[in-house]
Amino acid sequence: MSSTPEIHVRDLYKSFGDNEVLRGIDLEVGQGEVVCVIGPSGSGKSTLLRCVNLLEEPTKGQVLVGGTEVTHPDVDIDAVRRRIGMVFQQFNLFPHLSVTENLTLPQRRVLRRGKEEAARIAAENLRRVGLSEKADAYPASLSGGQQQRVAIARALAMGPEVMLFDEPTSALDPELVGDVLAVMRMLADEGMTMMVVTHEMTFAREVADRVVFMDGGVIVEDGTPAQVIGNPSHERTRHFLSRLLDPAMADVEETEKGP
Amino acid sequence: MSGADAQVQPRKSGLTRRQKRALSRGAQYVVFVAAVIALAVTADWGRLKNQFAQWDLVKQMFPDVITLALKNTVLYTMSGFVFGLVLGMVIALMRLSPVGPYRWLAGIYIEIFRGLPALLIFVFVGVAVPLAFPGTEIPGGTYGKVALALGLVSAAYMAETIRAGIQAVPKGQMEAARSLGFSHARAMVSIIIPQAFRIVIPPLTNELVLLFKDSSLVLFLGVTLEERELTKFGRDLASQTANSTPILVAGLCYLLVTVPLGFVVRRLEAKAGEATK
Repeated sequence: MSSTPEIHVRDLYKSFGDNEVLRGIDLEVGQGEVVCVIGPSGSGKSTLLRCVNLLEEPTKGQVLVGGTEVTHPDVDIDAVRRRIGMVFQQFNLFPHLSVTENLTLPQRRVLRRGKEEAARIAAENLRRVGLSEKADAYPASLSGGQQQRVAIARALAMGPEVMLFDEPTSALDPELVGDVLAVMRMLADEGMTMMVVTHEMTFAREVADRVVFMDGGVIVEDGTPAQVIGNPSHERTRHFLSRLLDPAMADVEETEKGP
Repeated sequence: MSGADAQVQPRKSGLTRRQKRALSRGAQYVVFVAAVIALAVTADWGRLKNQFAQWDLVKQMFPDVITLALKNTVLYTMSGFVFGLVLGMVIALMRLSPVGPYRWLAGIYIEIFRGLPALLIFVFVGVAVPLAFPGTEIPGGTYGKVALALGLVSAAYMAETIRAGIQAVPKGQMEAARSLGFSHARAMVSIIIPQAFRIVIPPLTNELVLLFKDSSLVLFLGVTLEERELTKFGRDLASQTANSTPILVAGLCYLLVTVPLGFVVRRLEAKAGEATK
């Protein structure tokens, strides 16, 4: 890992009312590193990701991105967010704008780029995700996989240093997942710093430099994919992976355990 | 025979469900036809025709009823609608503001102006405003006063509609905009409000129909001959001629606008319903 991590999370806590979702997270993501965050639902992995670009305000702790403290009260959060691309589970394309306008409007309004420059960068990024022919379509006419690739292109058009992915394939039909993962793999190969919350174990195993397993608001295990997925040292990780990899074999669990 | 059988088998003593349905529908037709006949027989058509359908009076009303009265009605309505839309937008944003006093102020405004009859607002604008601010003229004369009165009333309704529209835009839209680096205000203007407006176009058009009718209240402000709108125009002519035909014509002129508008609203609603599917 390089000397200054691109993302640095220090002793992060987050509560929603009485519900303590993050309970002391420490995490570093180096430049060009791809980190997959896995864990059962409710483990706080999405909340952690959303704290990195301050969509959620942490209760306690620090987050630094590219040396800037995101959690500092006087930070220009809009300026910091320009350096962080985010991709959502529900795509969140702007439905009243065409695909190209989805890519050009943020560039023009936020980065103050000129009309031609924005259009050129939009076309370039649509080509990267393989959707040049959909430039004039509206989001509603696209498949989920296409919408998600447009959402990735929209984030890339802003020239981010870091990309955050919040379960990018969870809302997709199984046969559409591959196209989105292929785009993400391409980004990883190009050296983009990526933090990916996902349930796609194959992707995590093959693309991630590190895999982080979270449960109950803490990081249980952090290591290479071979360590965490291939040979987990904690019982909780093993249990989670066995249920994920072979859901049909799971036993009926007692219900009192959960909240 | 078991209990389950009794429900599906037609009972020998009574009628089947189908027969009952036919009988009930037949009875409704009978009542309807009887009511129409009773109305047609008992009404005094001759006197009605005399009072409401004098053809030469109808001819006498044209073209002023269109070029003056209908034109003024449309002018009053549109100016009130535009003023109300701008004010309603501001109040809706105040209502969603994180600043407490703004929210309270907007809430109080909405409660007051939604709760008062439009007529009282017209009287208030006509009498109280000149009293409270002596020497100040509302710009635009009667047109300005009507725009103010109609705007004040409709802003309260439109504020609530627009607020609901803004809140109907999925939360993810704001999050996506913010994560791209939009400020809250810029995201509102570029992303949220354009989508909210698509949602509220049908109810806003409905509000336009209501305003169109409320514009008749202008007669309580006192208007010159050139400023008369449909209702005042019809009433004046009716009292001059001691005949109600002008009122019927004025009424038909309202329908000339409200019926197509209502049609447009239904089309827009159907389209909006399709889009959200």
